Amino acid sequence: MDAQPTTIHFLLNDRDERVEAPAGLLVLDFLRQQKRLVGTKEGCREGDCGACTVLVGELQGDPGSGRLQYRPMTSCLMPCAELAGKHLVTIEGLSRPSESADPLATLTPVQRAIVEHGATQCGFCTPGIVVSLTAMVLETGRPPGPDAVERALSGHLCRCTGYRSLRASGAAIGEATPNVGSSATDDEAWGALVEAGFLPHWWLDSVQRLREMAAEHHRSGAEVAGEIPSAETSATDVSITEDLPTVIAGGTDLYVQRGEDLPRVAVDVLDRHPEMRGIRVQGGCLHLGALTTFEELAEHPKVRPWIPRIEEHMHLVASWQVRTRATLGGNLMNASPIGDMTILCLALDAEVVLCRGEACRRQPLRTFYRGYKDLDRAPGELLTEIVLPNLDPETRVHFEKVSKRTCLDIATVNSASCLRLEDGLIADAGLAVGGVAPVPLRLEETAAEVRGKPLDRATVDWACAVAQEEISPISDVRGSAQYKRLLVRQQLIAHFTTLYPEILPVDDFLPTPSAQDPGVDPPGGAHHASP
Amino acid sequence: MHHLDAAAHTRGASHYVDDVPPPSGLLHAAVFTSPVAHGELESLDVDAARRAPGVVAVLTADDIPGENQIGPIIPDEELLASRHLHFRGQSIALVVAESPEAARAAREHIRVEITEKPVITNPREAFEAGEIIGEPHTLELGDVDTAWDTCDVVVEGSCDIGGQEHVYLETQRARAVPLEDRQLRVHTSTQSPYAGQRTIARVLGVPLHAIEIDVKRLGGGFGGKEDQATPWACLAALGAWHTGRPVELVLRREEDLHMTGKRHPYLADFKLGLLETGELVAFEAKYYQNSGAAADLSLPVLDRTLFHGTNAYRIPNVRLFGACCRTHLPPNTAFRGFGGPQGMFVIESALAQAAETLGMSREAIQRRNLLVDDDTLPYGQRIIEGRAERTWDEAEALFDLPAARRRVEAFNAEHRGQKKGLAMMPICFGISFTATFMNQAGALVHVYTDGSVSVSTGAIEMGQGISTNIAVIVSRAFGIRPERIKVESTNTTRIANMSASAASSTTLLNGNAALMAVRTIRERLEALAAGRLATDDDPAPESVPEEERGVKIVDEWVWLNGRRTEWDWERLVREAYLSRIALSAHEHFATPNLWFDADEGKGRPFAYHVFGTAAIEVTLDALRGTYSVDSAKVMHDLGRPLVESVDLGQVEGGLAQGLGWMTMEDLRYDDASGRLLSGALATYKVPDVMFMPRDLDVRFLEGAGNPLGPFHSKAVGEPPLMYGIGVFFALREAMKAFRAAEYPFAAPLTPERVLTQLYGDRLDALIAPRTAEPATEVATAP
Repeated sequence: MDAQPTTIHFLLNDRDERVEAPAGLLVLDFLRQQKRLVGTKEGCREGDCGACTVLVGELQGDPGSGRLQYRPMTSCLMPCAELAGKHLVTIEGLSRPSESADPLATLTPVQRAIVEHGATQCGFCTPGIVVSLTAMVLETGRPPGPDAVERALSGHLCRCTGYRSLRASGAAIGEATPNVGSSATDDEAWGALVEAGFLPHWWLDSVQRLREMAAEHHRSGAEVAGEIPSAETSATDVSITEDLPTVIAGGTDLYVQRGEDLPRVAVDVLDRHPEMRGIRVQGGCLHLGALTTFEELAEHPKVRPWIPRIEEHMHLVASWQVRTRATLGGNLMNASPIGDMTILCLALDAEVVLCRGEACRRQPLRTFYRGYKDLDRAPGELLTEIVLPNLDPETRVHFEKVSKRTCLDIATVNSASCLRLEDGLIADAGLAVGGVAPVPLRLEETAAEVRGKPLDRATVDWACAVAQEEISPISDVRGSAQYKRLLVRQQLIAHFTTLYPEILPVDDFLPTPSAQDPGVDPPGGAHHASP
Repeated sequence: MHHLDAAAHTRGASHYVDDVPPPSGLLHAAVFTSPVAHGELESLDVDAARRAPGVVAVLTADDIPGENQIGPIIPDEELLASRHLHFRGQSIALVVAESPEAARAAREHIRVEITEKPVITNPREAFEAGEIIGEPHTLELGDVDTAWDTCDVVVEGSCDIGGQEHVYLETQRARAVPLEDRQLRVHTSTQSPYAGQRTIARVLGVPLHAIEIDVKRLGGGFGGKEDQATPWACLAALGAWHTGRPVELVLRREEDLHMTGKRHPYLADFKLGLLETGELVAFEAKYYQNSGAAADLSLPVLDRTLFHGTNAYRIPNVRLFGACCRTHLPPNTAFRGFGGPQGMFVIESALAQAAETLGMSREAIQRRNLLVDDDTLPYGQRIIEGRAERTWDEAEALFDLPAARRRVEAFNAEHRGQKKGLAMMPICFGISFTATFMNQAGALVHVYTDGSVSVSTGAIEMGQGISTNIAVIVSRAFGIRPERIKVESTNTTRIANMSASAASSTTLLNGNAALMAVRTIRERLEALAAGRLATDDDPAPESVPEEERGVKIVDEWVWLNGRRTEWDWERLVREAYLSRIALSAHEHFATPNLWFDADEGKGRPFAYHVFGTAAIEVTLDALRGTYSVDSAKVMHDLGRPLVESVDLGQVEGGLAQGLGWMTMEDLRYDDASGRLLSGALATYKVPDVMFMPRDLDVRFLEGAGNPLGPFHSKAVGEPPLMYGIGVFFALREAMKAFRAAEYPFAAPLTPERVLTQLYGDRLDALIAPRTAEPATEVATAP
């Protein structure tokens, strides 16, 4: 089915835009080719470099009263249809033209800091970085500091500077950011930022303009809300069924796989279904809308009881401007054997809610993956919600990931655990590993083998041995099969010892320091000792 | 003074090739490439592609009007393959269409029949099969063969050194615009406009003057656009030649990764002899360079490997042998360091092996053998104003190496699962093109009647700040504000026959040429001022201090014999114009006293050497095999900085690339098919902000000069990359603290290599399935 151009109404910087474009057209291509806004750069078209980062403002909840929240996003993974009713801000929108002989005179404090710290060389990555550092400034709830700066730069590759000067710029920006206090309204915060030169004056009008836009759409009935779409194909099916659109739920991997044809085919951009969003607790279970983004997951306080250190884990997953786009439902439907959130959900024994029209059913995630990218799903069913089961308060949850680069990389092996002890014995164990089978793998037998056993060295060794039988890794660019096997062992040890260091210290699995016992003990020599 | 482009960069207002508003009728091109690494093209069918919507032309080898040849040194590379296919990604046909999407879609309709042939990806295998490009090179000093007997210890070993992808953020691209009378103007992202001009003229069969190359700036180059920007410029030009319309070719990232060459992987064997005191006596190394399918710049890259085979160390007896081995990978090419890093890695490996054998610290051997003045390098050049010991000692003192050592040892004694390691990395890097004739440059300076100045040189701005350096040099030499200076695009009609912006020599060459042009104009202006401004009241010149004597232009004012006159810069220029004095000058600089006898392997190939020392500390997670770089500290010899922030950026950025090369940057090819497995930024990782240490401290040696450099500056582009080599040896030390073993000298030291080596002694046991019930036996114990 070919793409039909659709009308997309949104704010582009300070202008109303009504664009006729294929829904799946990349925002990046729209900006560079149609609008000739070429400050947004193309570095990779796969979300790995950040050169194309833009700011996207969206009214939260009720368009009439909701907050307008801005997030950085990679425009190379974003369909134009998602712009509807939103505010797209590019580097051109953040910049004022150079007017005087002093090239620094009209720069924003973000731009000025980069210039003054020598943090731009070839300049190709710079506009995107300016956008992300401006997004950092807009995060009024987060204290400026080295961590905030690293987070803002996490999705950017700069091949020239070595980042020290960018960090220094970020620190200077943090210091220059007006402190409006946490109780300030958005208007007050933005007013202060406009005053300090971070944002253009028209910024303050955007809420009203977007609300008017929403109201206009409401009147014209253009917005179809509350209807669960029916679709023949998943967000990631490689084969396209002729007459049904391809579903995009974030698209952060879909565009990497099929970037060339998504602008040419009919797509259903789920973003227009607000009812597939939201996080709520019901009956002791955590209900996560399929369109919950990774970033929302990391920040939502209701998630903490289930995954206490979610923010820490999320540090290892993608980058800020990808996490604002990647959705939990997209991650699960993508069926990648190495999906980070998939592995976490598997360990937590999540259920998925699948709907076709009004007909919905719940299915355990552990039975959802039948083979490589083969889902147990009836034709036309759409994943709408993920449900994490009620957890005993004693349960402990952990996530491990090893990749070539620690951050913004795909795992070689990732794993998650969900453990509970009772009277010193392992009462519940949910274990999942990624990258070692055609599917995201729940280690059912390993978990069964450790249940009821004491948490000690012997049990963990046994678990490692059982796991070796459950996994079937292959050698590929991310690592040899042997390496992946070893990683599964190491990560299992890490899970048990990280969750229960008071019972099972990690040192039990490691050789004695050579200073105390020079040159005798081989690594893992404690292996010979009784636990 | 900031980087000249910085403000525009931050506004997204800087133009790269395809950011310039498109000329009317612009067409877009896509390249169809070889799907095999080795084979014969039996048939090529482009008819369906020609009929595809939006297609204007599909061009093949048959459509090349001139010579189908782009090899820069050895003519062994076709622009479009006519029959012999020797690497995957080799260009076969060019589709030119109304849009990039149409060009790419039409490309899918091209059909080929190919007879596949066996693929070689390993340089040793290629060497043994006689697949050698050019002649092997040898450098010799002293008498290695007899020296072994005088050594107390002789160690031998081998190295496996990975390549490196450039990952310039701006991929390769060019836009060719037809002018009248079959002339072309080509905007291309190249470090070497002259190479592009020369090659396009060759391919089209036209004189060089028919081709104009214009380069405003590059979104990064790092050597990857020294020679390998040329084919894309040629293809765009070919498209424009045939269609009569402007043609743009922009490679997508994955195309760029698959079609272009990288830093050369090497295999090497070494043998090092020492006295028990740690004094180096003899060193022999054999380097097998994985050159890829064509010569490209591999021969001079190999030269530099040999030149830097002994790094910053004095070794009286040396024999270095190297060969460019032809394999079926894309032709490997220049990358910051240009073979030097591989040479340095081998000697550093040999030192590590020796230190472990002798039971000495690596640092003790390194420090003891650092080059001093009058030491002779294997290529016959002697060290003058050497700063190896000074940078080492200052680094050691400033960063308190003994304390760091104690800290590392204490940490390692206290921790089982985490280990720290520390390494020092001194460097000595020669500055100049090793091909002596390339050490020349031209500059053209215009002074306009309002006092503003335009400077053209052959230097390419690729982020390294050359434009800023040139502006500073010109403003200082004129005695006027830098704001008056505009550094123009690099254009072959203004500067002819320029050498590439490479070899860390761009400021040395182009800065000196600009300085000479300024001097020429200034002398004319001073002569005018001397005649017009002299008064009867002026003191006799002899009574004026010598440095104030005559006409000077200082801070925009004309001074005569120590007296500020009424003429400012603008008045001076105006008077000169009215007096019909030439306000333009073109000058040419050639680095003096360079020579090299390739047959003898002796000479003075370098204008001078750059020295420095880095200290790098790491922490290893021995459970997971992951690691972090905790700190990197550098004492670097920069002469006198021109613009300190620009130079600092070069050191820090080079270091980051070096760290990446040694750790995560993992080029993987499928040996059987020659296919690049790490062919996307999802699989080829480069350092990000989290990887780089927060504790990054770069200092410049104080009170250092360099008479050859403009205003005593020293080259800074390439040398810092090699500091990154230290991270390998810091990690190795941390690994040894966990388990004493013979770890291979194989780089990059990825988390995979770390973990599998840490547990290499009993890997099979650790990943064995269960054999019995846990209660009865610890089943997995070896």
